[in-house]
Amino acid sequence: MADEVPKSQEMIRIDHNPPATGWMDTPTVIRKGMYCYAAKPQSVEYVGMPNPHKWNPEEEDWGLPENWVEIIVDGLRDRLDRFRSLKIFMDTCVRCGACADKCHYFIGTGDPKNMPVLRAELLRSVYRKDYTLAGKLMGKMVGARKLTLPVLKEWWYYFFQCSECRRCSVFCPYGIDTAEITMIARELLNLLGLNIDWIATPVANCYRTGNHLGIQPHAFKDMLDFFVDEIEDVTGVRVKPNFNRKGAEILFITPSGDVFGDPGTYTAMGYLILFHYLESMGLDITWSTYASEGGNFGSFTSNEMMKRLNSKMYAEAKRLGVKWILGGECGHMWRVIHQYMSTMNGPSDFLEQPVNPITGTKFENAKSNKMVHITEFTADLIKHNKLNLDKSRNDHLRLTFHDSCNPSRGMGLLEEPRYIINKTCNHFYEMPPNTIREQTFCCGSGSGLNAGENLELRFRGGLPRANAVRHVHEKHGVNMLACVCAIDRAALPPLMDYWVPGVGVTGVHELVGNALVLDGEKKRTTDLRGEDLPGMEDEG
Amino acid sequence: MNFLTSVIVSLIAVGAVLVVGTIGGAVPALHPLFGVVIPLLALAVFILGFIWKVLSWAKSPVPFSIATTCGQQKSLPWIKPDKLENPSSKWHVVGRMALEILTFRSLFRNTKMQLDSQGPRIAYGWELWLWVAALAFHYAFLTVVIRHLRFFLEPIPAPIQLLDALDGFLQIGLPGIIISGFVLFGAAGYLLFRRLAVSNVRYISLPADYFPLFLILSIAGTGLIMRYVVHVDIVAIRELTLGLASLHPSVPEGIGIFFFIHLFLVSVLLAYFPFSKLMHLGGIFMSPTRNLRGNSREFHHVNPWNPEVHLHTYEEYEDEFRDRMIEAGLPVDKMPADAADSAEKE
Repeated sequence: MADEVPKSQEMIRIDHNPPATGWMDTPTVIRKGMYCYAAKPQSVEYVGMPNPHKWNPEEEDWGLPENWVEIIVDGLRDRLDRFRSLKIFMDTCVRCGACADKCHYFIGTGDPKNMPVLRAELLRSVYRKDYTLAGKLMGKMVGARKLTLPVLKEWWYYFFQCSECRRCSVFCPYGIDTAEITMIARELLNLLGLNIDWIATPVANCYRTGNHLGIQPHAFKDMLDFFVDEIEDVTGVRVKPNFNRKGAEILFITPSGDVFGDPGTYTAMGYLILFHYLESMGLDITWSTYASEGGNFGSFTSNEMMKRLNSKMYAEAKRLGVKWILGGECGHMWRVIHQYMSTMNGPSDFLEQPVNPITGTKFENAKSNKMVHITEFTADLIKHNKLNLDKSRNDHLRLTFHDSCNPSRGMGLLEEPRYIINKTCNHFYEMPPNTIREQTFCCGSGSGLNAGENLELRFRGGLPRANAVRHVHEKHGVNMLACVCAIDRAALPPLMDYWVPGVGVTGVHELVGNALVLDGEKKRTTDLRGEDLPGMEDEG
Repeated sequence: MNFLTSVIVSLIAVGAVLVVGTIGGAVPALHPLFGVVIPLLALAVFILGFIWKVLSWAKSPVPFSIATTCGQQKSLPWIKPDKLENPSSKWHVVGRMALEILTFRSLFRNTKMQLDSQGPRIAYGWELWLWVAALAFHYAFLTVVIRHLRFFLEPIPAPIQLLDALDGFLQIGLPGIIISGFVLFGAAGYLLFRRLAVSNVRYISLPADYFPLFLILSIAGTGLIMRYVVHVDIVAIRELTLGLASLHPSVPEGIGIFFFIHLFLVSVLLAYFPFSKLMHLGGIFMSPTRNLRGNSREFHHVNPWNPEVHLHTYEEYEDEFRDRMIEAGLPVDKMPADAADSAEKE
């Protein structure tokens, strides 16, 4: 696949000027490299979503039910009645264009339909035609158009070119949130069985096995046991994670990507090392194989599917009888936990307000939904001087930090990871202010778009992020990009290789794992990746 | 639709309004219609339409707590939260909304992206002109509206007189220059210019974007003409407007044609308002990404239609994987024999 991606010198030649023809009269061409494969029917069927069928986006016939227009029109009306956000966002846009060049996909493609305002107009135009008096009477004059098959295909193409990152919504004077519009548009497309496979199959996997990757319980344990061996090789200490243990005080849930693929695995080792370190201080924590997924690809499908997958967290916490839940580093996982979980599957009265058993800190900010972010937890530990950290073991890294979209714009987790980085590393450099914190740029692969067949889209969408990394790479010699998101850890390494070779990607807790001095450990000569620590090479 | 068509269509529409208004002013027999009936009807459409729209929004619930957080959350006691950008209490929300509504906070962030493909380098510059023009436009409009209350209130309340004095502080010539009218005209002109000059904004613009701009420019224009160029009988106008306000309308003679054009333009704007993007005036108060608190783990937000969905329970999961779990040494709730027993009972 990779050989089909244009070279970076070609890709950077981006024309941001719109074509001569108006957007309604410019047909959408579904282009290879920019879209993800269609959902496999068995995955759609497994979770009982409508119209599971085999289809190909590049073919004319998409295998739609005969009454598909009616299904969409009814589906849209139903959602207008259920979401005030949708109504307001359909009615209030003045097309000021402030959002236009805020979208990483627009910056990277120059395609005007990737301007958030126009992405929303794709749906808004149909809304006007069917639900507003002005649209019915005056049609195109007020930007209304009929729902036709090309319009539906255009929806599919462009609502799967939005990563629901919410950057545009920061700049919108009315707070119009394209993520919300995309989420609802995808719900509508799912009514016709038009999901992408990179979302539909993880959803089906997660429903069945508890995680997106379809890792079955025994294999999940095997993978963690493998990390235990790796950790022993590096530190000489054998950590002992436990699973599905009733009566534990805390349940730990992290995205399964951390268990499955590098460099997320090193972050998972970081968690294991931290938990081992705290065990003797009174930490009583367990992993679950049933709720073995922090992420939620259901949230890229429909609110109902998001609820179904998310329900396992509270259900498992209740079954095991824990007091509260600790969550690992992940992006959209935290959007769901922070803004949706309690509403969907709470109130979680069977749990207790989270208290850090080591420091006694009561997490006021999580008193209702009872779930704490691991960087909140670790930052609290460090602040109370509970961790013995040797920063010099991260001296080979010159770091910058990528704020993941959802923790920054759907939560506000900005200082906690930075605090940990500063306490575990000596060389930390921020990217330019317009590219971090609430203005952070997406990795280009969020919201289920991190497939292999749409690399061109991912590299184009990731350009603004990569460009900012390149800036600190050249200015400060940054060689490592830290993040708190599993999709980032999967998506950013190829992005860096493409735009900024020489920059690696790490989770924040990998840094913790490197720096944390364990009782009885041997002299560390390598980091968790097995790479030699300069100046600490094995003398033997 | 091509932008030229959009502009021409909007110009024709506003031109038609001007023609109709001119006819209304030129034919004395039509004065009651254009001076009384149409304005009152337009006002009724505006008020009822506005209420209808807001109610129709309010009818749909806010199922999820989806604030766009633009600053540090409230978490650990030693980390300073950003109360205005990530509100955690209702008062913080009031502050955030006030900043948004009164100072256009989000628009103030606006940047402009510049790509240098040679570097390659992408840079983001602070771009304030849209914010400046938008703020000037809206505050000038507000000032003009408030100042016009002098036509509908007897006696003229002191605050309006004060505003008049402030607005006219330049005191150049006779009649005294009133700043707001010029600012309104100028800012609307800039917004139109920007819409035409910036290629991407031009590309997204609809007739529904040009029409209100042309309409407002015409309103401001006819207002300026009446004040500085052609003479209209202010006393007679005030008699008419006070009559409208007291619902005892009378149409005095000698008002002048420009007034009827101006009034008809305003009537069209009022009647058009509730059915257009101008409803952002109401929408901004109700936008869920701005008017909700950001600390949604601290309080429980209720979704009135929280759906009943089928969940994949732990029991189902264990039933499928029990043997392998036991083999891997993972704890299970039921041993295979018990599970077979309970399956039989069912």
